Amino acid sequence: MISDSSNAPLLTIRGLRIEGKAQDAWTPIVKGVDLTVKRGEVFGLIGESGAGKSTIGLAAMGFVRDGCRFAGGSVLFDGIELIGAPRKVRLGMRSSRIAYVAQSAAASFNPAFRLIDQHGEFPVLRGLMTRAEAEANAIELYRKLQLPNPDEIGFRYPHQVSGGQLQRAMTAMAMACRPDLIIFDEPTTALDVTTQIEVLSAIRDAVQSLGTAAIYVSHDLAVVAQMADKIMVLRNGETVEEAPTRTMLSSPRHDYTKSLWAVRSFRAPSRPDAEPPPPLVRIESVDAAYGAVKVLSDVSFVLPKGRTVAVVGESGSGKSTLAKVLMGLLPAKAGCVELAGKTLPPSYRERTKADLRQVQMIYQMADTALNPRQRVREIVGRPISFYLGLKGKALEARTRQLLQDMELDPDIYIDRLPSELSGGQKQRVGIARALAADPQLVICDEVTSSLDQLVAESVLKLLVRLQRERDLTYMFITHDLATVRAIADEVVVMKEGKVVEKGPKDEMFRPPHHPYTGLLLSSVPEMDPDWLTRLTAKNTMAVNT
Amino acid sequence: MTTLTRTLKGMPPTAVFGVAIITIYVLVAIFAPMLAPYSERAVVGGQYLQWSAEHWLGTDNLGRDMLSRLIFGARNTLAIAFFATALAFAIGTVAGLLAATLGGMVDQALSRFVDIIMAVPGLIFILLLLTIFGTGVGTLIAVIAILDSTRVFRLARAVALGIVAMDFVEAARVRGEGLLWIMRREILPNAAAPLVAEFGMRFCFVFLTIASLSFLGLGIQPPLADWGSMVRENATLITFGDITPLLPAAAIALITVAVNFVVDWILHKVSGIKD
Amino acid sequence: MTQITRLVLQRLALGFVTLLIVSVLIFWSVELLPGDAAQEILGQSATPETVTALRHHLGLDQPPMTRYAHWLQGITHGDFGTSIANGRPVLQLITGRLGNTLFLAAFAGIIAVPLALMLGIMAALLRNSFFDRAAGIFTLTAISFPEFFVAYILTLFLSVKLGLFPSISNITPSTDLAERVYRSFLPALALTLAITAHIMRMTRAALINLFSLPYIEMARLKGASPGRVVMVHALRNALAPIVNVVVLNLAYLITGVVIVEVVFVYPGVGRLLVDSVSKRDLPVVQAICLIVSITYILLNLFADIVSIVSNPRLMHAK
Repeated sequence: MISDSSNAPLLTIRGLRIEGKAQDAWTPIVKGVDLTVKRGEVFGLIGESGAGKSTIGLAAMGFVRDGCRFAGGSVLFDGIELIGAPRKVRLGMRSSRIAYVAQSAAASFNPAFRLIDQHGEFPVLRGLMTRAEAEANAIELYRKLQLPNPDEIGFRYPHQVSGGQLQRAMTAMAMACRPDLIIFDEPTTALDVTTQIEVLSAIRDAVQSLGTAAIYVSHDLAVVAQMADKIMVLRNGETVEEAPTRTMLSSPRHDYTKSLWAVRSFRAPSRPDAEPPPPLVRIESVDAAYGAVKVLSDVSFVLPKGRTVAVVGESGSGKSTLAKVLMGLLPAKAGCVELAGKTLPPSYRERTKADLRQVQMIYQMADTALNPRQRVREIVGRPISFYLGLKGKALEARTRQLLQDMELDPDIYIDRLPSELSGGQKQRVGIARALAADPQLVICDEVTSSLDQLVAESVLKLLVRLQRERDLTYMFITHDLATVRAIADEVVVMKEGKVVEKGPKDEMFRPPHHPYTGLLLSSVPEMDPDWLTRLTAKNTMAVNT
Repeated sequence: MTTLTRTLKGMPPTAVFGVAIITIYVLVAIFAPMLAPYSERAVVGGQYLQWSAEHWLGTDNLGRDMLSRLIFGARNTLAIAFFATALAFAIGTVAGLLAATLGGMVDQALSRFVDIIMAVPGLIFILLLLTIFGTGVGTLIAVIAILDSTRVFRLARAVALGIVAMDFVEAARVRGEGLLWIMRREILPNAAAPLVAEFGMRFCFVFLTIASLSFLGLGIQPPLADWGSMVRENATLITFGDITPLLPAAAIALITVAVNFVVDWILHKVSGIKD
Repeated sequence: MTQITRLVLQRLALGFVTLLIVSVLIFWSVELLPGDAAQEILGQSATPETVTALRHHLGLDQPPMTRYAHWLQGITHGDFGTSIANGRPVLQLITGRLGNTLFLAAFAGIIAVPLALMLGIMAALLRNSFFDRAAGIFTLTAISFPEFFVAYILTLFLSVKLGLFPSISNITPSTDLAERVYRSFLPALALTLAITAHIMRMTRAALINLFSLPYIEMARLKGASPGRVVMVHALRNALAPIVNVVVLNLAYLITGVVIVEVVFVYPGVGRLLVDSVSKRDLPVVQAICLIVSITYILLNLFADIVSIVSNPRLMHAK
């Protein structure tokens, strides 16, 4: 359907304003954004949560989510105004001229229909293709997107196909009618890093070969840098700046953009050990299983006192299960966990109050980790009164002191409910609750992965400071190597329930690597627009030799 | 107080109507002896007297004052339904929370038991039990409460299972908190809203069941005034086009509509569905 | 297919076990009678002779296991025992009436189910419109009304005031179909009103539950019209809950029918059941409870199997 190869803009958004309903009042989400996408151009939209990037992506299709509305501006697609256009015009445009690729393909494919039928649904319905043509079209695109078994995969149901493959099948579906514009809404955010690479390069090659224009929405600058010709940075529904990708990376103008770039440079000051500290926790040949499914096998390593050990792995590696074993929530089938020379009973039910106090956990999702019906006072105060027996004024003073340590003003926050706190503040309350028990070992389970980068950095800094002050030992579970680089002393790499490699951080990041560690390290997107090109070239060469 | 006024302001007209009706009913039930012109049992005139200044709504099949019986009926019918619901709720909630929190064998045993009871239609089960134990207010409350508690159990368990899966409950467990604390402080406050709504719904259900049983002559027994039985006793009047026997039925309908409107509003608030 | 076959077989086995347990429960209900069952039934004034006779008649002088086996065996041959109240075989009392009741339930179901599904889908499609809100208030009101209230209102207007339909459903085995439909119109209408409201509300809720899911948003972003979103993308996935709702309400019909039968003096098992409960005619009550429970369990079994079979995750295993 690409008819015109001139440089006339394909999509022009002017003064776009969108409002959302919150507590019976309309509040602005997008506050007057302008953007222009030329034919065949890939336009990157980046920003943190609440920046309005997905909302703008959807608005480019003339769509707003339920509970939101257009409050002004214009969306001009190839000369057609989409805001306020009759429903027939808006709907007729979708699939055939503008298509969408969602964040979670697993949830966005209808579970009741085969992939290929969903692929051909609108081409056939609109009479653009026959059923047979639609199937041939799907298979051709599946091949182009490097899906395994392209001739057969489409005849499966969504739940029979893996996440990375679904994401590519969804891209193929978006390309079915050769649309002029495709909106990619964080298409790789839910994937593991090694899968992300495959999907990214498949999408990029397909977009390039079809010459389709695209809007690529992501919070991950390094990812957008691989895909986009031009990048726009958004914050709180407003444009911060816009520039060609290379210019944006090499010389960002705005302070906010610079701060986004700078996040990854945080490093906890390293501590050259004269002699390594004594071990606090010793994990010895631990096996664990959920029913008959074995999830950990022969896991052994040591957590030195006062140090941070990062446990790294992709989903399914068993890293979170390991935390459950340490907490006693999933009793080990074999092996044991020793804390300060004493073997801990496998189940938390058999552990003494003193044992339980020593091991505390900080959770990934602060939303589910804090009881929404308890105030900060009770959330933080309960472990203090439960373990240390403090009451009345002493309890109040201790609680306030802890909040102070978390950089939360007790006068403001002590009587708030979790719903009255921001994401970063909730995570700080979570940390306060863990430290209220005065533990020796703190397990941090992906504590920063649901936070925006700037907030994540401040939480990491807080954790490092608390560790120094209290001689805490951290087991830091994460999939994010940037976080590992920032704060780990030692690293344990896990894959499919086994420890693949372990050792001090500096050694892990220096070659030679274990092959899997090498793959993980090379899969982390870098702030270099040529990174993906180089990596795929290297991989192709490796395959050819 | 500000939150209360804000809540009231946001109420849809149906819910306001519901709250008003419930308040009136409760007041009538409490002050029945003061409001009713005659006693609920006394024969004060001839049978089936027409509406008059002396007997506003006429008299019933035995010559008792309809209005007085209607007023006392509010007291009897509401009180019995309320006690039965409260009992069902206490049993069902405690068992449901226990099943969800403890899991394993306790959950299996309780859930399978409830499955079996619920495999028999409720009214049928009640009729079977009433055949055996005979009719009487105590039996009625006990039988209905036990059967209805199975439905409360299912809801309480389902709601609690969702909460038990949350990290904050896990945190309380590994902190070493006891069962009672976890149920009372961690789970119950988060389950309160759906449970309150369920209380309203169960009340309606129990209320209608008792009314239906009384209508069939198997529920609240004479000479206690009760809306269900009043309809049955005077039903013949309807064939003469007299609407008096429909008044107690309308009284039943009105209170269930009112409670349902309020429940609907609570559920709407809880689910956070946007208009 | 192996997993799904296993699940269906499991469900069937569970249904069978439930049936058996329920039969035991119903049978053992006699044992629950405080003191001597025969004495209890006949009251304190009964002579010892009549009590002994009743004990023998009920088989109470034999061990429970023997009696249960005997009872179950009898039922499989259509022998439900004899009525205490009038000494006639229970089967004979029930047969004709059961047919009448099933006719009434089917009558109501045939009108209510298609109507309610249509209205429910429309309300979901036009959610938050005037139609949806009005339907919401109307159905909520309808489900709050006791059946006898609805039944008497219908009598008052359609029978007493307008004289369109008889207020008493006088049906005999010789009544022909047209006459039967005419005479049972009011009871059927009363039942229809009750279950239509229920099915409609729950159908709407099942569909609206799906609307917030990403694949429904995706369908809209692919350009599906609101009608197509509901009819193709949502309905297919709401099938299991909707079938459940329909079955639940059909099952409800068999109990709701009790009241309606009493109001319209309709010669069905519901009225027989009420009469037997007040006479404490245990063999009749037991037989009707068993029949109703079996129907109820089978209906639920059907709904469960539909929801297993309509789940693509189970139907098309990995």
